[in-house]
Amino acid sequence: MNVIEKSLKAPRSRYSAGVMEYRNMGYWQPDYEPKDTDIIACFRVTPQDGVDPIEASAAVAGESSTATWTVVWTDRLTACEKYRAKCYRVDPVPNAPGSYFAFIAYDLDLFEPGSIANLSASIIGNVFGFKPLKALRLEDMRLPVAYVKTFQGPATGIVVERERLDKFGRPLLGATVKPKLGLSGRNYGRVVYEALKGGLDFTKDDENINSQPFMHWRDRFLHCMEAVKRAEAATGEVKGTYLNVTAATMEDMYERAEFAKELGSVIVMIDLVIGYTAIQSMAKWARRNDMILHLHRAGHSTYTRQKTHGVSFRVIAKWMRLAGVDHIHAGTVVGKLEGDPNTTRGYYDICREDLNPQQLEHGLFFDQHWASLNKLMPVASGGIHAGQMHQLLDFLGEDVVLQFGGGTIGHPMGIAAGATANRVALEAMIFARNCGRDTLAEGQRILEEAARNCTPLKQALDTWKDVTFNYASTDTPDFVPTATAAE
Amino acid sequence: MRITQGCFSFLPDLTDDQIRSQVQYCIDKGWAVNIEFTDDPHPRNTFWDMWGLPMFDIKDAGAVMLELNACRKAYGERCYIRVSGFDSSHGWESVRISFLVSRPKEEPGFRLLRQEGDGRTFRYAVQSYAADRPEGQRYQA
Repeated sequence: MNVIEKSLKAPRSRYSAGVMEYRNMGYWQPDYEPKDTDIIACFRVTPQDGVDPIEASAAVAGESSTATWTVVWTDRLTACEKYRAKCYRVDPVPNAPGSYFAFIAYDLDLFEPGSIANLSASIIGNVFGFKPLKALRLEDMRLPVAYVKTFQGPATGIVVERERLDKFGRPLLGATVKPKLGLSGRNYGRVVYEALKGGLDFTKDDENINSQPFMHWRDRFLHCMEAVKRAEAATGEVKGTYLNVTAATMEDMYERAEFAKELGSVIVMIDLVIGYTAIQSMAKWARRNDMILHLHRAGHSTYTRQKTHGVSFRVIAKWMRLAGVDHIHAGTVVGKLEGDPNTTRGYYDICREDLNPQQLEHGLFFDQHWASLNKLMPVASGGIHAGQMHQLLDFLGEDVVLQFGGGTIGHPMGIAAGATANRVALEAMIFARNCGRDTLAEGQRILEEAARNCTPLKQALDTWKDVTFNYASTDTPDFVPTATAAE
Repeated sequence: MRITQGCFSFLPDLTDDQIRSQVQYCIDKGWAVNIEFTDDPHPRNTFWDMWGLPMFDIKDAGAVMLELNACRKAYGERCYIRVSGFDSSHGWESVRISFLVSRPKEEPGFRLLRQEGDGRTFRYAVQSYAADRPEGQRYQA
């Protein structure tokens, strides 16, 4: 009989006062088979030197569920075996000595339905500062259908967003207004008008455009909506601009969102830094008011970028799909911001698929069923330009917003020309792909052909032809196809 | 002006061969192909008139081109015509691609109406100049 069985079957010794190893308190159960309704988390655990990986992983299970540092008799007033998180598997991380993937199952009853705040307070609330660990990272989570169904999900979803915008068959095009700080409302609106009239579908406030001395929020909203509506009349297309309603309080955010609605905007925007509860509140507001909700992932790199410590962005993406945003920045692969191609593919699948099969090379540790929860449009933004259109389409697919900020506004012939260059490049690439051409191999030629009828595209290709951002990624999946257990 | 609705409005007007290639793409994907026309191209006009039912079980783009030519003959001078591909698979059940294949010679475009409200707010309305004339008489010299 092993130690656990002994301890579980001998409550007297299990609950006598004092300190006991977590693994012996029921938080390590290698024989446990997770139930369909369990939430499962995969952590990357890096124990302090000399700390046993199993004990460290059991401690993570304990500290993220029922345990405290010492035995408490009050456990016996509860169905404590049900409420204990169970670490059931610990594997060494391939090519990373000293780190382990720990798989921990949590009973559904540990969580409040429909609350990301509660989920995150449980899973990442306390354990990340635990002294016996050097570092800890939440890599992925399996969210059972029973739990997924307690969330609203994206307010609009990809399909209804497309229907509402009357835009099908190609990625949407956007641009962030630049310079991101300092423009007056009137000048800001000028950029919006030029970009939308030139051919973009969306323009966007940047994450830190809220209500500053150079441009207060009402002035921005008024000028932006004048620009949007003028562009609609000039093109006959539905246009939008992500009005950032991020503010100090919920009351302020609701006030700004209501004003955006009153002026006829189709979309509003929030920043990740407003917090999970505020995000869920805004998602409900957006659903009630037929508004598309754009989320900028401001701040995420402080905890998503390093492999050893923090929370993987794939987990944040899953939480945001549950929380109910319609757009999320999810990487570009080819642009200026961090993004390993395989890892980024994993994020995009989380946003757009109804079933994510386990795919370790994409960083997906579990099968994830979304149970028809609305799909969420990933946004590719940061250092991309028309000359990369074939790669963007190949890596990111069709249901994505491609945001060319500098790649629109920095065009030598002006903003509208920049927008036209991007739109022509995109339509030409989609057309060629649908005709069966190998766009990845022939991309440059397809763009050059399209540029023959479009001077702005030719100028864009000439201006940015050599711009690439080839740096090694800091966040890549670590996996071997057949992982082996540590014990 | 040139209305830029649909997937390919920034490219030169599509030739019949080019239209056929995109229709074949829809057919190969298993999508139903629909031909629709309107003389009210307001960006919020979702329900254009259908030229017959969506074509669900066709194998060859030639059949669609025959229908498109018939539609053009009837409405080409005085309407916009678009082709769309409809995907009935679970989780989508909507249009997958949509593009203009015919437009009137003159496109008068849209006016923007502004109704001033409290403070500096506006209620905006986009109106098609062509829709000033009765249905059936728009886009005619």
